[in-house]
Amino acid sequence: MRVHCAVYARGLRRYSTYRAATAAGVLTNSVFGAINAAVMLALFAARPQINGYDAGDAVTQVFLGQALIAAVAIMGPPLELGERVRSGDVGTDLLRPVSLLGWWLSEDLGRATFSLVFRGVPTFAVGLLLFDLSLPGEPARWAAVLLSAALAVLVSFALRYLYELAGFWIMDSRGVWAVAGLLGPVAAGLLLPLPLFPPAAAEVLRLLPWASMVQIPAEILLGKDTLPGGSPLGGLALQAGWAAALLALGAWTTARATRRVVVQGG
Amino acid sequence: MTSVRESTDPAGSAAEPVIEAVGLGRDFVLSEGPFLRRRRRTVSAVSDVTLTVRPGEIVGYLGPNGAGKSSTMKMLTGILTPTRGHLRVTGLEPSRQRTRLAGRIGVVFGQRTTLWWDLPLRDSLALTRHMYRVPAADHARRLAGLTELLELGPFLSTPVRQLSLGQRMRGDLTAALLHGPRLLVLDEPTIGLDVVSKSTIREFLLRLNAEEGTTILLTTHDLGDVERLCERVVVIDRGSLAYDGGLDGLRASVPAPRVLVVDLAAPAPPIGVEGGRCVRVDGPRQWLELSENPAAVITRVAQRHEVADLTLREPDIEGVVAALYRGAAVGGGA
Repeated sequence: MRVHCAVYARGLRRYSTYRAATAAGVLTNSVFGAINAAVMLALFAARPQINGYDAGDAVTQVFLGQALIAAVAIMGPPLELGERVRSGDVGTDLLRPVSLLGWWLSEDLGRATFSLVFRGVPTFAVGLLLFDLSLPGEPARWAAVLLSAALAVLVSFALRYLYELAGFWIMDSRGVWAVAGLLGPVAAGLLLPLPLFPPAAAEVLRLLPWASMVQIPAEILLGKDTLPGGSPLGGLALQAGWAAALLALGAWTTARATRRVVVQGG
Repeated sequence: MTSVRESTDPAGSAAEPVIEAVGLGRDFVLSEGPFLRRRRRTVSAVSDVTLTVRPGEIVGYLGPNGAGKSSTMKMLTGILTPTRGHLRVTGLEPSRQRTRLAGRIGVVFGQRTTLWWDLPLRDSLALTRHMYRVPAADHARRLAGLTELLELGPFLSTPVRQLSLGQRMRGDLTAALLHGPRLLVLDEPTIGLDVVSKSTIREFLLRLNAEEGTTILLTTHDLGDVERLCERVVVIDRGSLAYDGGLDGLRASVPAPRVLVVDLAAPAPPIGVEGGRCVRVDGPRQWLELSENPAAVITRVAQRHEVADLTLREPDIEGVVAALYRGAAVGGGA
């Protein structure tokens, strides 16, 4: 456990050194959020209600998505694990008396914590300044949102970890990222809130793990009854279920991958 | 087959072997050819390695590129699962007990680093301490000792990415030793280093072996490493052992010819005498590879030419290993 705390702290510290990149990230997310929000406002000006969403809901989800984008790394960057598998450096990771999954999870949680606080919060604040967001009043809902963001990070880590583990079989995970980087933002509800999709498609996408990264946290923030079980608890349970299942799959795949590992290079 | 195997097993040695490999092998399945007509072919990187290393030994593991050195190293450290054979390292089965084994061995790959490029060396080493759960007092004591021996002081606070290769290698050695391993596995530890850095590392390894009794297994292409460090040499070629024994035995095992260097009074065409084959001419100096008693050849040369000077050269270990690789390649050819 001590080592995981040390690795977490290292992940946090590492990203904190890139101050200019962090500021640039906040600017990008804010500008993109503002453009996306303007599109939503135009759309909802024509139709005030779409599948239970109004303009305020849509704009709020846009900014929540932009605030989470860095923490859940939905468009990347990939875990460095992939590069280490490709170069064969993963061999030295395997020489350590620490589980591969635990190591990368700790490091990624450090990165995500930094991103959530220093990219997510300022981006959301910009949205709050520029637009009329629909926000809950009760502290309990905010606590649920925070927990939901944490679970979103866990799901996101588990997915990215599995993408990179594919490298043990296909030698290079870049192809996986080419697909995931394209479909992930759509399936997560980052590009468009899922309720804007045809209801049947939205129902399916909502249950897939990608939705746990943006759509479910947004519905918890907005207090939607479309969540599983009709309450924030149901949404949190869905996220926790995906996190547990995907992490378990990650652990199982790690064992298989290291058994048939081909460490590249001499 | 020119395989020569000498038993180095000291009779009555009761200590449990640090490494025990019997019939160890690893195959790789390769897919070849265009997409739809892909064929699978099995290649044996290591076919049959039997090896016992006892506590306190320094063993040099030699072989040409592609002979199976690195694959053996990966199996010993548990990051590659053997296809066949029996393997125990410090009594553990590496591929199944990799995490436990990691606490008992130290590994340095000369071409890779276990340090974190963005952290100062000191922080990398501290992270290693948590990883191996080394008590703070032990860590401080060992770090102080290693800092002195390897002269880490000047760059302990430097980020790893700014270290020179020699400094980084000393840092990697430190990281591999802070948990007090019984076995140190080194894969080309002196690759790319200058003469001074090489010598620092060699002297350090000798001292570590003498004072702590750490068993050392190293692969290298640097025969200076071998001559300075290894009492025992194991040569692998094409996946099987071609030699296992002392350094002197290695010299004796391969009939690498002695060379007679003749300085003639004046330049002359290549000398042709029985028992000596001229392999090189440089002005008045000629090199003869001897296939007979030197005295007889010298007499013959002196009878026909006016000789200013003579030197007899014993084969060096480099020539011996080269001859052994050639021999093994011919003898072991499929």
